[in-house]
Amino acid sequence: MTTENGWRQRYEPVIGLEIHVQLSTRTKMFCGCELSFGEQPNLHTCPICLAHPGSLPVTNEQAVRYALQIALALDCEIAPRSIFHRKNYFYPDNPKAYQISQYDIPLATAGRLGDVRIHRVHLEEDAAKLVHVSASGRIHGSGSSLVDFNRGGTPLVEIVTEPDLDDPATAREWLQLLRTTIKQIGVSDVNMEEGSLRCDANVSLRPVGADALGVKAELKNMNSFRFLERGINAELERQAALLDAEEQVEQETLHFDPRSGELTPLRSKEYAHDYRYFPEPDLVPLAPTEAMLSEARESLPELPASRRERYLAELELADKQATQLAFDADLGAYFEAALAAADGTTPKVIANWVTGELVASLREAKADDADPASSRVSPDALAKLAGMVERKEISTGAARRVLATLVAEGGDPTRIVEREGLGQLDDSGELEAIVARAVESDPEAAARVRDGNMKAIGPLVGFVMRETKGRADGGEVTRLIRERLGLG
Amino acid sequence: MIDREQVLHVARLARLELSEAELERMSEELSGILEHLDRISALDLDGVDPTSHVVALENVLRADVPWESLPRERALEQAPDRDDGAFRVPSPQA
Repeated sequence: MTTENGWRQRYEPVIGLEIHVQLSTRTKMFCGCELSFGEQPNLHTCPICLAHPGSLPVTNEQAVRYALQIALALDCEIAPRSIFHRKNYFYPDNPKAYQISQYDIPLATAGRLGDVRIHRVHLEEDAAKLVHVSASGRIHGSGSSLVDFNRGGTPLVEIVTEPDLDDPATAREWLQLLRTTIKQIGVSDVNMEEGSLRCDANVSLRPVGADALGVKAELKNMNSFRFLERGINAELERQAALLDAEEQVEQETLHFDPRSGELTPLRSKEYAHDYRYFPEPDLVPLAPTEAMLSEARESLPELPASRRERYLAELELADKQATQLAFDADLGAYFEAALAAADGTTPKVIANWVTGELVASLREAKADDADPASSRVSPDALAKLAGMVERKEISTGAARRVLATLVAEGGDPTRIVEREGLGQLDDSGELEAIVARAVESDPEAAARVRDGNMKAIGPLVGFVMRETKGRADGGEVTRLIRERLGLG
Repeated sequence: MIDREQVLHVARLARLELSEAELERMSEELSGILEHLDRISALDLDGVDPTSHVVALENVLRADVPWESLPRERALEQAPDRDDGAFRVPSPQA
């Protein structure tokens, strides 16, 4: 890609995200059909989600609870009374010819997550799935579509941010924070590949320093974090080129093709934003009671942003480490479990082992997806191992070997240490004897160290480590060698 | 007054094909409705909330408990066309 980033001196990106989250309720938003994924088509339908005449929707209580939890986690103001609207459009993915959504009075507004303000949070229903098939032997356009209503009516929460992002990489990071937050609440699978988390981006450029917003394009279909970043980047480049050529950016909707990395405009007539919203007469207003609100509030777990704060303030973890453990829900859960199992070991030491050695050795062993939770290393075992290192019962080198064994076959670190004779050499007599042999075996290196060349100590330390199978403490070995050579 | 172009636009959004005579009649009827709304707008309605619903109910909710869905055969019974368990429709991308 020929990226000319020179325009960044002249224009400032303005990015806002629109996120759809499928809620993991048992049933659909307005009927009792069970939610499903990857099943045979049309096994979960009824007169309501097929829009048979005379059928009436009834709101799923759990979906409201989940949506309130999300809104509260995003620090939103909950509307005392919100209503559903009909969003009218004709497309075969929606048999009613309208989507039940919320319009001018959404469930919640004015929130914040990290550095990004939340404009609104509302409830709506998902559309059916369409599979376009071309008639055999004919070119594109002459085919038909197959409609599967299993997904039609799945509860969705739509989250719209203010245009507070100014960089594709930051947008990606923020979406990851949002994903972890929602995952932590446990109200959605938030899986981008499977479509339970979807993200559109509104992207525009304005001259650096300007207040007024430029004309924006809406990007759709970026179904992975990588594609989100790439899609926004591609659109920024496109708009910068237009502006540089003194051409107009058209307000339009673009479809991102992950295979080619290209953005193609959706034909505007099909997607006319003329939805003729009006209040849904079949559904009464939502007015969350104090009981509903406090129940939602109390069921919120510790969320990534406050978990990060706690790791920094109370556990004194380094910034990067605190962020990694707080924003990666799986790794964070593993760390929490190890902390709970630890017997007086400093949290920072455990954190180092989780984010450092453990992640690295899982990756090296190519364990399925390097997810610690599904590995053979139990949080309990890791906590024990970190504790043994901290108490200097084993050396760091020996601990690495124990970890390799744990990754391969699991087990109890204490037993592995015993079985493989990896306990720290605390008999200094034995260690001193080995140091003496090291110095004798390499007089050249010994002489250079004696002359003040500390780099030459490497082979001597290596000798001792080999002889002790890594059980000796590196610092102690260095000290003994220096002592032996009269440098103590 | 709702003019001919506006009627055509609304008809297009609703996927309706209107004859010349219908266009004329719709233009008059829709204009009549808007005139009525103008009369309401002329009233002093400060402090009166817009009416979105006429029943005094809130929070009518359903427990999240699955019910039995339609047998697929039954669901597809009235489909104009079908294929492999799915409703088959003319492609909207055509």
